[in-house]
Amino acid sequence: MTKVLVWVEHDGAVVKDATLSAVTAAAQLGEVVALVAGSGVDGVAAAAAQIEGVAKVAKADDAAYAHALAENVAPLVVALMADYDAFVAPATTTGKNIAPRVAALLDVMQVSDILSVEGPKTFTRPIYAGNAIATVEATDAKLVVTVRGTAFAKANATGGSAAVEAVAGPGEAGLSTYVGSEIAKSERPELTSAKIIVSGGRALKDAPTFAATITPLADKLGAAIGASRAAVDAGYVPNDYQVGQTGKIVAPEVYVAVGISGAIQHLAGMKDSKTIIAINKDEDAPIFQVADIGLVADLFTAVPELVSKL
Amino acid sequence: MKALVTVKRVIDYNVKPRVKADGTGVDLANVKMSMNPFDEIAVEEAIRLKEKGVVSEVVVVSVGPAKAQETLRTALAMGADRAILVSTDDEVEPLGVAKIVKAIAAEEAPGLIITGKQAIDDDANQTGQMIAALLGRPQGTFANEISVEGDSLVVKREIDGGLETVKLALPAVVTTDLRLNEPRYASLPNIMKAKSKPLATKSPADYGVDVAPRLKTLKVGEPPVRQAGIKVADVDALVGKLKELGVA
Ligand SMILES: Cc1cc2nc3c(=O)[nH]c(=O)nc-3n(C[C@H](O)[C@H](O)[C@H](O)COP(=O)(O)OP(=O)(O)OC[C@H]3O[C@@H](n4cnc5c(N)ncnc54)[C@H](O)[C@@H]3O)c2cc1C
Ligand SMILES: Nc1ncnc2c1ncn2[C@@H]1O[C@H](COP(=O)(O)O)[C@@H](O)[C@H]1O
Repeated sequence: MTKVLVWVEHDGAVVKDATLSAVTAAAQLGEVVALVAGSGVDGVAAAAAQIEGVAKVAKADDAAYAHALAENVAPLVVALMADYDAFVAPATTTGKNIAPRVAALLDVMQVSDILSVEGPKTFTRPIYAGNAIATVEATDAKLVVTVRGTAFAKANATGGSAAVEAVAGPGEAGLSTYVGSEIAKSERPELTSAKIIVSGGRALKDAPTFAATITPLADKLGAAIGASRAAVDAGYVPNDYQVGQTGKIVAPEVYVAVGISGAIQHLAGMKDSKTIIAINKDEDAPIFQVADIGLVADLFTAVPELVSKL
Repeated sequence: MKALVTVKRVIDYNVKPRVKADGTGVDLANVKMSMNPFDEIAVEEAIRLKEKGVVSEVVVVSVGPAKAQETLRTALAMGADRAILVSTDDEVEPLGVAKIVKAIAAEEAPGLIITGKQAIDDDANQTGQMIAALLGRPQGTFANEISVEGDSLVVKREIDGGLETVKLALPAVVTTDLRLNEPRYASLPNIMKAKSKPLATKSPADYGVDVAPRLKTLKVGEPPVRQAGIKVADVDALVGKLKELGVA
């Protein structure tokens, strides 16, 4: 049977949702072993053991793996891969950082960002900002795959009872060190797992105007906040709010695009949302070509009015 | 130190790609082609490091058809010093490109290799990481800011949730994110000057690299199309719709 090693994305305490989609994809390939790498990760390993569909947890507990530095983690995965047929990682920034390094060391061509599993080595994946879908078959002996989270249902986080086994790798590679991070703490739902998202674009003028306009609407709807590249580049919001081809891929129940024109790069990140709502003063804005519900209006009057009526 | 920058010729980002009717790929005939936007950022960053005196020479590399010369000339017009075209009409996958760049790095010994984070045609987001892997060097992916400190490179990275800073031992590989810089336009005099800058043409075989694809493309199709919906007249109607959806 195909043995699949799945990268567990976590923050040292909690298993990230993206992992659950990766487990679903991996389970379509074969038996899933979840790799928890980090420092002091007993809790994470215990949580991973409960994910439905996980047959075993491999726990690599070492200070060298604390920040998932690719230079340290890739050799660990490569060493473990002697016993596996496939390595599957969520297409998060961590997965995208590590998986190609693993693939190259294994002399394997990675299949990035898969949308579906069509056969033991056949997948669909988006190319050209999702304007085309390629069906590709891998021919290498081993598989390295990253998984688009919005394309696969999340495996149940509980219900499983896998055994946890300690594994070890080469440890510190001595090439890189973690210096620090600036992680925005927010009470809001995470963008990639939110049910409702309100996104703002260039029309929001500046950071205070973005906050004053978008935040009350997001609060009323219990939504996460996203943005177009233009809004991020202009400094209205932090970089990790960017939705699109080169930002976050989202597919919430409801996506509200406010003052966003709908460039193909933006659509690539949100056009699989269940219901798209657009507010834009330009009735010819391309966003209306994908919106289920459109309101042609000046957002600076429409959004406050909407907030007051919700 | 020398900087090596990879540039790919891709469909211009303003063009909406059309899938070919026979399902073999995307129609590139008579379509505007440009330098991959992330590679413009990579070239710009290398030039800035040269202007700061950190980098001594900027060498640009492209793997692709003869026309990729134009892309290399654009990089030279921006301010790169020298170009290498690894000419092939076959589509070369990230792993193949990485092997070629590894071989070039063995000849050129760059202190820094800068690639884009993603080519906007294959959307693979692999090549830089693969180059780093094959060379056994550290990687600063999705760079938002970089600075050389002694024999290290400090890279601020754009990650899910925010920013992360790592310190890498040089030589290192960096992949660019959108906020690293704003690329300059080449001035007319510089475009003229670029015509006489050196551009070497090689082949994958010159580097002993087998670029046969590892992924077989069985089909390229259209994504599911979304129908445009309705327009509502005013905010009250929108509130009504939100209520129907159960979100208000
Ligand atoms: C390599 C590359 C990668 C990219 N990746 C991404 C990505 O991941 N995500 C992304 O979003 N973009 C991305 N882009 C950028 C993309 O091409 C667009 O430039 C960007 O999405 C535009 O953002 P916007 O819609 O906010 O701004 P604009 O296109 O300027 O649109 C602003 C809209 O606001 C409307 N408006 C203005 N004032 C008002 C008002 N008072 N009331 C109502 N409406 C108003 C206007 O009618 C207009 O439609 C990328 C580009 C490149 C080259
Ligand atoms: N054929 C190529 N020639 C030159 N550079 C390339 C080529 N393919 C990929 N790259 C570089 O690798 C980056 C990432 O590409 P990819 O891994 O294909 O998404 C691009 O932004 C380029 O800098």
